[in-house]
Amino acid sequence: MSDTTHDGGVALGAPPSADEGLGAAQLAAKYGLTVSGARPGLFAYLRQLWGRRHFILAFSRAKLTAQYSQAKLGQLWQVVTPLLNAAVYYLIFGLILGTRKGIPEDVFVPFLVTGVFVFTFTQSSVMAGVRSISGNLGLVRALHFPRASLPISFALQQLQQLMFSMIVLLSVVVIFGSYPSLSWLLVIPALVLQFFFNTGLALVMARLGSKTPDLAQLMPFITRTWMYASGVMFSIPVMLKDKPAWIADVLQYNPAAIYMDLVRFALIDGYGSENLPDHVWAAGLAWAVLLGVVGFVYFWKAEERYGRG
Amino acid sequence: MAEDNTQGRIPTVIADDVHIVYRVNGTGGGRGSATAALSRMMRRGKGEPRGMRKVHAVRGVSFTAYRGEAIGLIGTNGSGKSTLLRAIAGLLPTESGRVYTDGQPSLLGVNAALMSDLTGERNVVLGGLAMGMTRDEIRERYDEIVDFSGINEKGDFITLPMRTYSSGMAARLRFSIAAAKNHDVLMIDEALATGDHKFRVRSEARIRELRKEAGTVFLVSHNNKSIRDTCDRALWLEKGELLMDGPTEEVLKAYERETGK
Repeated sequence: MSDTTHDGGVALGAPPSADEGLGAAQLAAKYGLTVSGARPGLFAYLRQLWGRRHFILAFSRAKLTAQYSQAKLGQLWQVVTPLLNAAVYYLIFGLILGTRKGIPEDVFVPFLVTGVFVFTFTQSSVMAGVRSISGNLGLVRALHFPRASLPISFALQQLQQLMFSMIVLLSVVVIFGSYPSLSWLLVIPALVLQFFFNTGLALVMARLGSKTPDLAQLMPFITRTWMYASGVMFSIPVMLKDKPAWIADVLQYNPAAIYMDLVRFALIDGYGSENLPDHVWAAGLAWAVLLGVVGFVYFWKAEERYGRG
Repeated sequence: MAEDNTQGRIPTVIADDVHIVYRVNGTGGGRGSATAALSRMMRRGKGEPRGMRKVHAVRGVSFTAYRGEAIGLIGTNGSGKSTLLRAIAGLLPTESGRVYTDGQPSLLGVNAALMSDLTGERNVVLGGLAMGMTRDEIRERYDEIVDFSGINEKGDFITLPMRTYSSGMAARLRFSIAAAKNHDVLMIDEALATGDHKFRVRSEARIRELRKEAGTVFLVSHNNKSIRDTCDRALWLEKGELLMDGPTEEVLKAYERETGK
């Protein structure tokens, strides 16, 4: 236990025993009692979390199933929702606005769909993260478990959701002429890195959102700005070639753009390494480790305070 | 633990000057309009944000509970009983003061972890995992839980979503899941009066069983009879303060006199 138990508690109302005169803290120390709800050390916390892995997984799957259980089409919506999403973006950006500048037609559709799905993965993890504590106060106030279970579970739910989107994505990619090859396997490390990044971000947002639930109202605007800045529906280097180079650099090295590019590169034949910034894998890894570690520690620091509302 | 106790009284829970404050957003000023919220933000001082109201739910409660005790918490609605229980369980952070416990006290109740869109079957597993049971433990006790709840007495309801259950059936299943685990320090928050008569008798028996296994039991109830039946000591809370702490009969008498029963 990290918290000190010796700060000279107030003397109790005189219990008639040998313990008389002992302060609460001394009495507690004598019988080996520990502070209720104290924050465990970082490694103890990790161990507790690992002990709860079945709960984390079951909770994420339950949330995923519960989502569409009232709909007539049921779990089919898992696939139909991303498909409709992609169709809307294609209608607006592909047909009406024509943002495909510098990208061949047969590359643009898979380019766009990949961008939408990969970005949605991060976006929905952030949104779920913000509400993961503040929206589950009942659970936090009723049961004991490492609180990080909640944001992690929500990030995991988004990962499973992404698996359904991948079915749509792979079909789109094949329809537009990129066939399965070994490079497709690169999708796995790319998405694993993105999952760590998302989880870290969800942990950060969970702590912020637990103190300031207003963030849930604000986040859609921030993530939308982020989406438009990340080149979901256009090529950053082509669109920004008249602007100072550092703007394109900043946009290209932002984590959402990095993970999108990694998945596009893996899946789409016509999207070669010339479209990717230098050291793209290193950047993807750095973002994942940075957010993963920082997010986890940041969340853990307030562990004993979640549940106050 | 407890090497050299002279009186055979081993403390399991020590509450030391516990204060709990809830912070509630969006109440200030009495008016909930957007302009009111805006002006509150503009006027925001250096100390507490204006839009926030503090509710001091528990004020300086101290007591020591010993192994083998069953303690009843009484008091009128909103006197801070449930809040105090949550603080003992370490679920609600204290504003100041400390609660020391032996092991991990747990609240009897799993409602918040269950999802009405899932089948009873999946909720049994989910609820068990949420309480910290392993998958094997749940598998072992699954039939026991379902039988105890009596959900399947009128057909195969356990494979239907919980939202299709009647409120009584859902309450029974929730209690059965919650009562499936054994606890060191057990806290029961008015979970007794659920379901029909047959189920109530069964659940009271189960509570007694849990009491035997647990080191210390806390019971919140407005039913003075169930406090008399189960507890040997009572704490009387009023407006967040501990008014009286003593043998159940004594405290209940004073409480009943005060509330005019």
